[in-house]
Amino acid sequence: MEFLLTLLFDPNTRWVVTGCMLLGISSGVLGSFALLRKHSLVGDAVAHAALPGICLAYMLYGEKSIGLFMVGATASGLLGTLCISLISKYSRIKPDASLGIVLSVFFGFGTVLLTRIAQTGKANQSGLDAFLFGKAASLVQADIEVMMGVAAFLIIVSFLLFKEFKLLCFDPGFGRGIGFPMGFLGTVLMLMIVLTVVIGLQAVGVVLMAAMLIIPPVAARYWTERLHRMVIISGVFGAASGIVGTLLSGFTPQLPTGPVIVLSAFLLFIVSLFFAPRKGLVAKALHTAKLRRRVAVQNILQSLYDLTEHTTASGIRTDGWGFSEEEIYHLRPQGSRQARRVLSYLKKRGWVQMLEDNQGNKRWALTDRGADEAYAITLNERLYEMILMYPSRFGSVKLEQEGDRIQDCVSPDILQELKLLLTKHNHPVLLPQVKYGADLSYTECHQAVTSRGGDA
Amino acid sequence: MMSHAFWVMATGSLVAASCGFIGCFLLLRRMTMLGDAISHAVLPGIVVAFLVSNSLEGMTMLIGATIVGLLTSFLIQTLHTGGVQSDAAIGITFTSLFAIGVVLVSMYASDIHLDVQHVLYGEIAYVPWEVATLAGIEMPRAVWMMGGVFVLSLLVVGLLYKEIKLSSFDPQMAAAIGIPVLLIHYILMALVSMNTVAAFESVGAILVVAMIVVPGATAYLYTDRLHLMLGCSIVLGVLSAVGGYNLAAYFDVSISGAMVTVSGALFFLSFLFSPRYGVASRYFTQRALRKEHQKES
Repeated sequence: MEFLLTLLFDPNTRWVVTGCMLLGISSGVLGSFALLRKHSLVGDAVAHAALPGICLAYMLYGEKSIGLFMVGATASGLLGTLCISLISKYSRIKPDASLGIVLSVFFGFGTVLLTRIAQTGKANQSGLDAFLFGKAASLVQADIEVMMGVAAFLIIVSFLLFKEFKLLCFDPGFGRGIGFPMGFLGTVLMLMIVLTVVIGLQAVGVVLMAAMLIIPPVAARYWTERLHRMVIISGVFGAASGIVGTLLSGFTPQLPTGPVIVLSAFLLFIVSLFFAPRKGLVAKALHTAKLRRRVAVQNILQSLYDLTEHTTASGIRTDGWGFSEEEIYHLRPQGSRQARRVLSYLKKRGWVQMLEDNQGNKRWALTDRGADEAYAITLNERLYEMILMYPSRFGSVKLEQEGDRIQDCVSPDILQELKLLLTKHNHPVLLPQVKYGADLSYTECHQAVTSRGGDA
Repeated sequence: MMSHAFWVMATGSLVAASCGFIGCFLLLRRMTMLGDAISHAVLPGIVVAFLVSNSLEGMTMLIGATIVGLLTSFLIQTLHTGGVQSDAAIGITFTSLFAIGVVLVSMYASDIHLDVQHVLYGEIAYVPWEVATLAGIEMPRAVWMMGGVFVLSLLVVGLLYKEIKLSSFDPQMAAAIGIPVLLIHYILMALVSMNTVAAFESVGAILVVAMIVVPGATAYLYTDRLHLMLGCSIVLGVLSAVGGYNLAAYFDVSISGAMVTVSGALFFLSFLFSPRYGVASRYFTQRALRKEHQKES
């Protein structure tokens, strides 16, 4: 902890951390657009393709100079993207393969130049090694100033062009239709991505820079469906991984910065993958379990209702009689363990009661309260069947979000019509409650129930 | 005893031929980036296998890295079905695994004779010094390993040629007539991982991508027949290995880098001048057609 504090109060470290933070923000922000345009791996190609440019700049100038490095890296990165689009445009090679070709050949040529520089005896080659896996410690004040300047510029431009980029990502055809220069905007975005990659090379390295453009946006995607929130979250994730990575690799000098930054971003991704609300795996699993349970409850209630209805219709009074578990499961098959759990839950709620017959076997029956509930569920189900059966008549009926029952959300006219259809189809006669007995007709039963508010 | 140069060229040729051969299928299945991903992602597998067996040779390495390679393609598939778009799924998986690999290399650098440079471009120049004797024949270990993997790839592809061909060109049809498409996919991925691992010692984890992609893509510019494409990619691989070695010897630079550069140059030349699909030849054909058309009208 003390070490961390001294590290934080060291002015040089503070510079480096701030630089990496800004870098993380700009790569997170621009990565979001790249992700949505399905250009994620282009960043990888640009980063690899920048290597020969850096080496050439060094060979021409003879010593380390951030400005020239950036010019060289940008030029060869742009040349790389140009090659990718030319190869896939003018030959039968598919875009993914041309990406692979450009990435690996440029990088291979870069290593040739790198070894050439090493061979020519200029001992001060350490500056170039930092570009492979990143070395935040190798950043000097001038580097960081340039880095921060460019990153701030990129962040501001993406803020200003936010609306245009949004259009570019989601509906470029419409954008062209209302007169935006979509091709030009695409080029601007690509140029900005190349610039992000270039300023990140010295801190994160050629090999892993792509991760900074990919991982934070994908992680952010789990938390929201809105672009502006995604961009902000992604920027925050990028910044966080930049800061954490730089500090961690500061602790252990032999650890290159790039992989540590990437692993911090990856950790954030894992957290998002599991724990994001709604889209995270845990939230999804909980939702599924809840849904499954609700369906099981409804199934049991409906089965009990069907059984009661059937026996009552055939003139057998069911009070104090009930049904065996086998009878209930048989109607809507489900796992008996879950069904037993649901039954005991329903019993606790007072919706079913457990009886015993002469042999001491368990029998289950609906209570009055449970019958009300089961009636509502069954009515909803059967009305839904009617709607499905007459799509031309009820196609326009809007079924609201889950949880709403049909009888509660359609207009009274339509409800009336649906119920008429139900009787016409000689559907098993709907009996609201056992205690009204089999001697009442459907309509009488129904009136009796609605007047009691049993639909609720 | 053969010369040092011979063995370096032989190793390079084997690497390029074997990787190029298997890379053809990746190209046709539009899974080039998956090959890229696997070649990066096997690094942690290699490092762990190295820590366990304390050498770069043998089955431990091959098995360890094959498992990681299969795991990679499985992870990518899982993320993709979980709603992450496929290029992002690839990007996340391989960068993270590669980062783990690099961190492991840096942390255990003193325990294992692997360094970051090695990971990047291999040490093909040292290959001939480490020999292994098998069945009375003394050859560099890397040649044994790469040759073994090449023979294995040839055997597997030879035995399953029809099935692999059909599932590459028309997966729906293949699935419809009962070919286990998914199994074939994973068999190919296993072969790609093995090739990557065997090539790792010679060319490192990144340049192997070039060996996988470039010869196949170049061959694709020359022919429409699969068996010709496979043969062509092997020849191109050998050419770039031999050419690369000589280039590297002349300029005194990284051999593997020079091999990749030569294969890139071969690709560029074919891109322009391939008789059927080259830019220049298509231009001339079109011009001839245009003239003929003008004459007619």
